[in-house]
Amino acid sequence: MQTAESTLEEILTLAAAHFKVPREKLSPDEDFFKALGIDSLQTLDLLTKLENHFHVELPDYELQGVSDFRTLAARIQARR
Amino acid sequence: MLDLRQYTCLGAALRDALEAFSSEICLIEADRDREKVRLTYSDFKEVARPLARALQDADFDPADRAAIIMTNQPKWLISAYAIFFCGGVLVPLDYKLSPAEHLQLLAHSKAKLLIVEYYLWRTIMQAPDFHKIATKMVLVTEAPLGADLAGAFRWEEFKRKGAPDFVMRQRDDTACIVYSSGTGGRPKGCVLTHENYLEQCRSLTAWYPFWPGVRYLSILPTNHAIDFMVGFIGPFACGACVVHLRTLRPEFVRDAFVRYRITYVSLVPLILKNLERGLRAKFDELPTWKRAPLRAMIATNRLLTRRRPHVKLSRMLLRGVHRGFGGELLALITGGAFMEPSTMQFFYDLGIPVVNGYGLTEAGTALTLNDLKPFRADTVGKPLPGVSLRILNPDEDGVGEVAASSRTVMSHYLDDPELTLETIVDGWLLTGDLGRFDGKGHLQLVGRKKNMIVTEGGKNVYPEDIETAFDGLPVKECSVFAANYLWPRKELGNEILTLVLRLEPTQRFDAKLLEEISTRNRRLPDFKRVGGYLLWDKDFPRTASMKIKRQALAEDIGKSIKREAVASL
Repeated sequence: MQTAESTLEEILTLAAAHFKVPREKLSPDEDFFKALGIDSLQTLDLLTKLENHFHVELPDYELQGVSDFRTLAARIQARR
Repeated sequence: MLDLRQYTCLGAALRDALEAFSSEICLIEADRDREKVRLTYSDFKEVARPLARALQDADFDPADRAAIIMTNQPKWLISAYAIFFCGGVLVPLDYKLSPAEHLQLLAHSKAKLLIVEYYLWRTIMQAPDFHKIATKMVLVTEAPLGADLAGAFRWEEFKRKGAPDFVMRQRDDTACIVYSSGTGGRPKGCVLTHENYLEQCRSLTAWYPFWPGVRYLSILPTNHAIDFMVGFIGPFACGACVVHLRTLRPEFVRDAFVRYRITYVSLVPLILKNLERGLRAKFDELPTWKRAPLRAMIATNRLLTRRRPHVKLSRMLLRGVHRGFGGELLALITGGAFMEPSTMQFFYDLGIPVVNGYGLTEAGTALTLNDLKPFRADTVGKPLPGVSLRILNPDEDGVGEVAASSRTVMSHYLDDPELTLETIVDGWLLTGDLGRFDGKGHLQLVGRKKNMIVTEGGKNVYPEDIETAFDGLPVKECSVFAANYLWPRKELGNEILTLVLRLEPTQRFDAKLLEEISTRNRRLPDFKRVGGYLLWDKDFPRTASMKIKRQALAEDIGKSIKREAVASL
């Protein structure tokens, strides 16, 4: 059984690897647009990667207004 | 296409289109790789009429206002048609606004009816000011079974048997109230008439016609002036098909081009640049023996399309590239924000013309458009038929404020006669944009006179609207400006907002204050964030009613401080 914390940790690791950023530079409450230096379209790319990893489908609307890793983890956890 | 000269209102034109093209496909809705809806014009009519009847039975009267807050999908267009059929006024709201902003604009527009998607309604219901909502009737689409709707009705069940009564409107009656910005202090509700839309549709389709069989991919939000015209009114008046995607993931957008053999699509610079990046990466991955011939073909195509596009020839020369876009793409339409000429040239050289234009909500959809005779990446095109443009007080380079006169220019700003008087002077709309005409009659935009920015995503952001995010900041006073307003320059693109801080006499700018600013900034949607800050050492000039004299302050800052002094956030 995955916990919210472990989901969050996995997201941070995946995001760091996908955008080639050191893992230790990302923190849960950080704005991922800024931390990763990405725009909204690149964020959608990341989401596709996360969906494949967690085997969930995240409609675009679930991500409206989400900009930090912790909230993103909660949305993914709710669909697992 | 329908002859729009014979109509006095959008409702009548759309009603006749549903009859004239009854067996053509008008709408397709796809979610990822699943097609969810496919409607003919006749099907569309059958769904819209029971909704219109139900609205009339629920006392939705002619000239009543109805707001729509939805992502792009068929129910958006069906609802809009039902509203026009009843003689109503449509208030299309941006679904990306916050719940508080939605409530503010619902109140400002005095909408009697709201049609909204469930997930958006869910967030609006949780807003602190939700109890103040004065909208009498709310229809919610796609609500799950058992969901609490706070008294709203389910859109899918809101229908009545019996023919609805068509309500005719006149050309100078209001068709839509479209908010160009101003959710913070002063909402700018552009009141657009049926005449504005009918004439805009006529002039646009004169240059870029649609016809049955054309498939338009609707990606820009339908509440936006471009998609409302090019992804609804235009294709419907011509019997074309609109494809809605429920996701904007790049991989599904790419699939949709191929699956639906898209003819036209409108894109903002952000998406077009993303496409360019993807294509360039693909080209770079090719082995040298494939890359060299591709480059040669691109160069050949560029040479052969120098004077005007030859789409069929380009498709032959660059078959692989065109196949990736479905093979039937005629043009990418862009506007609403500054587009890098190099990006447009990149696509044109591949045989995919980018139709660049210039417009503002206050002027309907577009004032100028590139007619591709020949393609020009360095201008926003020529005035559309029926549009007169003037350059006010031109300097030695011929640069001045662009003013427009056209039957597509709005009637006024809702409930703001003062702003209307400042904006429409002697029948000329003052755009606040700086431009000049070249020798060939093309308009070149070179900057902005007004204090605002336009993002790559096509969003207009007015500094006044985001100052509330910094209310109560522990400083003496603060204000937000567009950097290009403080330091005017003849250049567009890379626009940022700057936070101007006036500290208390004994205060020092420290890490704690920086953290507070950063935290508040992060709470704003990404496109509204300030990009930098500067410290100002004088009190802000203010009016008798204590409002900041923005122009005076901006001029003083511009003269005293260099742009380089802005620290990044």
